Amino acid sequence: MNTLLSSKKPILKVSNLKQYFIVKREALFQPKQVVKAVDGISFDLYPGETLSIVGESGCGKSTTGRSILHLDEPTEGEILYKDVSLTEMSKKELRNIRGDIQVIFQDPFASLNPRRTIRQMLDEAMAIQKVLPPKQREARMLELMQNVGLRPEYLERYPHEFSGGQRQRIGIARALAVNPKVIICDEAVSALDVSIQAQILNLLKRLQNDFDLTFLFISHDLSIVKHISDRVMVMYLGKIVEISDKASLFKNPLHPYTKALLSAIPVIDQTIKRERILLKGDVPSPLNPPTGCRFHTRCPFATDLCRDEEPLLRELESGHLVACHFAEKLSAI
Amino acid sequence: MKEDILLEVKNLKTHFITSKGTAKAVDGLDFVLKKGETLGIVGESGCGKSITSLSILRLIPSPPGKIVDGQILLHGKDLVEMSDQEIRKIRGNQISMIFQEPMTSLNPVIPVGEQIAEALRLHQKLSRKQAWEKAVEMIRLVGIPAPEKRAKQEPYQLSGGMRQRVMIAMALACTPEVLIADEPTTALDVTIQAQILELMKDLQRKIGMGIIFITHDLGVVAEMCDKVAVMYAGQIVEYQTTANLFKTPLHPYTQGLIGSLPKLYEDQEELQIIEGTVPSPYDYPTGCRFADRCPFVQDLCRNQQPEIIHVEDSQQVRCWKYTDQWKEELVKEEVIL
Amino acid sequence: MLLFILKRLAQVVPVIFGVTLVVFLIMQMVPGDPAIIMAGEGASTETVEQLREDLGLNEPLHVQYFSYIGNILQGSLGNSLKNNQPVLDEILIRLPITMELAFFSILITIVLGLTAGIISAVKPYSVSDISVMVVALLGISLPSFWLGLLLMYTFSIKLQWLPVAGWDSFAHIILPAITLGAGGAAIVARMTRSSMLEVIGQDYVRTARAKGLKEHTIIYKHALRNALIPVITVVGLQFGSLLGGTVIVESVFAINGLGRMIVDAIRTRDIPMVQGGVLVASLVFVFVNLLVDVMYKVFNKRIDLN
Ligand SMILES: Nc1ncnc2c1ncn2[C@@H]1O[C@H](COP(=O)(O)OP(=O)(O)OP(=O)(O)O)[C@@H](O)[C@H]1O
Ligand SMILES: Nc1ncnc2c1ncn2[C@@H]1O[C@H](COP(=O)(O)OP(=O)(O)OP(=O)(O)O)[C@@H](O)[C@H]1O
Ligand code: SF4
Ligand code: SF4
Ligand SMILES: [Mg+2]
Ligand SMILES: [Mg+2]
Repeated sequence: MNTLLSSKKPILKVSNLKQYFIVKREALFQPKQVVKAVDGISFDLYPGETLSIVGESGCGKSTTGRSILHLDEPTEGEILYKDVSLTEMSKKELRNIRGDIQVIFQDPFASLNPRRTIRQMLDEAMAIQKVLPPKQREARMLELMQNVGLRPEYLERYPHEFSGGQRQRIGIARALAVNPKVIICDEAVSALDVSIQAQILNLLKRLQNDFDLTFLFISHDLSIVKHISDRVMVMYLGKIVEISDKASLFKNPLHPYTKALLSAIPVIDQTIKRERILLKGDVPSPLNPPTGCRFHTRCPFATDLCRDEEPLLRELESGHLVACHFAEKLSAI
Repeated sequence: MKEDILLEVKNLKTHFITSKGTAKAVDGLDFVLKKGETLGIVGESGCGKSITSLSILRLIPSPPGKIVDGQILLHGKDLVEMSDQEIRKIRGNQISMIFQEPMTSLNPVIPVGEQIAEALRLHQKLSRKQAWEKAVEMIRLVGIPAPEKRAKQEPYQLSGGMRQRVMIAMALACTPEVLIADEPTTALDVTIQAQILELMKDLQRKIGMGIIFITHDLGVVAEMCDKVAVMYAGQIVEYQTTANLFKTPLHPYTQGLIGSLPKLYEDQEELQIIEGTVPSPYDYPTGCRFADRCPFVQDLCRNQQPEIIHVEDSQQVRCWKYTDQWKEELVKEEVIL
Repeated sequence: MLLFILKRLAQVVPVIFGVTLVVFLIMQMVPGDPAIIMAGEGASTETVEQLREDLGLNEPLHVQYFSYIGNILQGSLGNSLKNNQPVLDEILIRLPITMELAFFSILITIVLGLTAGIISAVKPYSVSDISVMVVALLGISLPSFWLGLLLMYTFSIKLQWLPVAGWDSFAHIILPAITLGAGGAAIVARMTRSSMLEVIGQDYVRTARAKGLKEHTIIYKHALRNALIPVITVVGLQFGSLLGGTVIVESVFAINGLGRMIVDAIRTRDIPMVQGGVLVASLVFVFVNLLVDVMYKVFNKRIDLN
């Protein structure tokens, strides 16, 4: 899979992306504090693939997505879309590109305007991006509704008249309306019931095949990630600690954090024997990240070297990158 | 074995009487919780899981909510009939609850340590100092670093995951006989979730606590629970041991639920799905409440509501498929054809 | 926090400037020549002219205003036109009286308002709730001079329990303070009730119940503290209208406070006196507001941090 991918050209190239937030100081004479939400990450996204981002709450998954959408101006680093730098684009060029990169959020209701019918919403999205002249929009809307499995007469309804799963479909229809190339799904199915989750996941997969879409899929549910992804990226406190194709990551995780994460997934089949790695200690604050390897405060294998020196992300096996000083040794365990 | 029974719920009905009509949020529930046992409750959003747990502690907002029928027996004594004063002695002492919403369930202006300590002073008659020390100890137990410092902080100074753990510490502080945990780990990462589940099991082993564990995560159910009640539209549709449930799910809804999960250890192209949506609690169909979504539906199902039946000794299901009428129905149909 | 107080203090300065300007201009526009008033009825034109010159009344308006501001900055509010005594001295005698009245009134507003509000909220739509709310509605709609006279008639003239007027003993304070505080108490009661009802429906109150706490603890420890946050703002606002109310109440009960001083000064066109009085009253108001803001921040620190 991976060799295949790397022969393709990336559709999106993120290099050394940093996103810092300045937070309010608590007292007058305290220095300003900086949250390094994303702290120098680089990865490529290939056309037609699904790359998932996993990691603990607050590790910078959503921030990464927002930076790519250019909702926040990155503090540092570069994002190339089809070889053009988003950071150097003019406002107008950016607006044109915006249609190519769409997002679906966790809470479908919050992101839909309650006073607009589905028709108005889709029409507006198409008008802003000028995807189609007004006359042809009607046919396109009907097609979209069919694509996401909603009845055409629902076009005249308001968001509150739909169930959670249906709202999520509307969110997807709106994203599709502008013919995007890349869709960022930020916890797109997390709020849904299990039975509806499956419907949406199937839908996303089908649409990906039909329209050759590229997904950046952010989720904390590893079973879903395993189901939907081609490649998986594991983040910890603003850094990438491991990135690999799915099969290799789930079969042979190299980073101690990934190992702990995978071992902690609750599974239904209790006959499968697993060694559970229980982590001690709390997630450190991104305001004051640990020195050296950021995982050393919780890592069962940490040494003095880990405290002092930051491990670099390096390719250990083909297409399988990891940031840990002792990855070779640990992979033998 | 009768003396092992901690809590017994019989035909519980909790309805909401509003201007729009009556919402039958919980509509005839029966289950038993034994000492040292964990009972899982799973089901679609809105099927009445939280209302069931609030009913047990008599915390239903009233009006519009009301327990209209049934009994909730704790050691054989009916909580529904108790005076306010009697039920207060049980709340937080014999039965504790972890609420679903960690962000809003803690008082924003009271230090979290005090919020734990006040129950200890009340029920265990500890002194101020003892209660505080115990509260700090509980915060340590749920894995929050620097507990002395954290205990003095107010909830806004804690992260979502920490707040949820404070809720858990609060519920466990008085070592209750029954713990009701309503989605207790939703705000937690899997690594910390594992830590908390371990803590609960540990306490359960030590004091024989009975746990009612509400969750939508079937993986967690498999790891935590001895028995599972599957709820659908205010009723239990299936009730059996966890091992059996995942091996041989009986009810079509349960089958659909398990089928629709992405499997961690096998590859699937397409996930199984359950078509359609849940009926409104204001207007349930006369027959089986799952009929509109069920792949096996027959006329019989639409006309008459199925009762809970015992298939094997410990397996209960609410579905016509497992009855004699079903076979007759199929025979009849074949005759017509 | 310190930064916040400094910022708010900085905002006070333009407000005070505005107040001086408005007061100054209004007194310029009202009919009646201060020089004539000061010289007395049948004074000669020369005397009046001389006085006008001395007082600087012939200068252009803006010059008059700036010299007025200059004097204020030097701590002088000018002299009264009536008896040529420094305005500041007079104010320093009157202000404590008014502050005492205001203090007891606001005390009544808070104590009475909170108690009534809590009684109402604990059992909504009960007999006690409805009666409290009816009384509160009356309290808001009754004009204070009317209430003052009513109280005076009942307690001083009919029952003879309390003195009619004046300001000599604690007994003198009671009726004016009630008169002045009643309206605020009614508003605070309604605010407390609605705020309490909202808080009682919150998840954390349910958590408190689930702990088995007594209803009493739930109300006073868990609900009230949160319910008080919006009430603080209302109390602060009430203090403003309460200061305005002193004018009427001091007149009704013949109390020689700041309010009455201003009324008298207006009647006699004693411009420096009016200006000084209004300025000091405004200062008091502004600083009370500042205090309220700070209290609000202290009670509600989680607001801007989240
Ligand atoms: N606008 C902002 N200002 C300050 N800090 C921010 C801002 N946005 C995000 N952060 C901080 O950046 C960090 C990363 O946040 P982010 O939302 O990317 O996390 P996440 O990985 O998506 O977590 P979750 O799984 O909980 O959604 C967090 O510590 C968060 O508090
Ligand atoms: N105050 C209320 N007034 C009217 N209906 C209510 C009220 N509270 C709950 N209900 C109804 O009761 C039903 C059961 O709600 P409940 O909170 O128990 O669902 P749940 O199973 O816990 O769902 P979730 O998984 O989303 O937490 C819902 O259909 C809801 O509409
Ligand atoms: S570098 Fe050290 S601390 Fe970091 S993950 Fe590897 S072994 Fe653990
Ligand atoms: S009773 Fe009929 S409709 Fe209901 S679940 Fe069973 S087979 Fe399906
Ligand atoms: Mg996020
Ligand atoms: Mg619930």
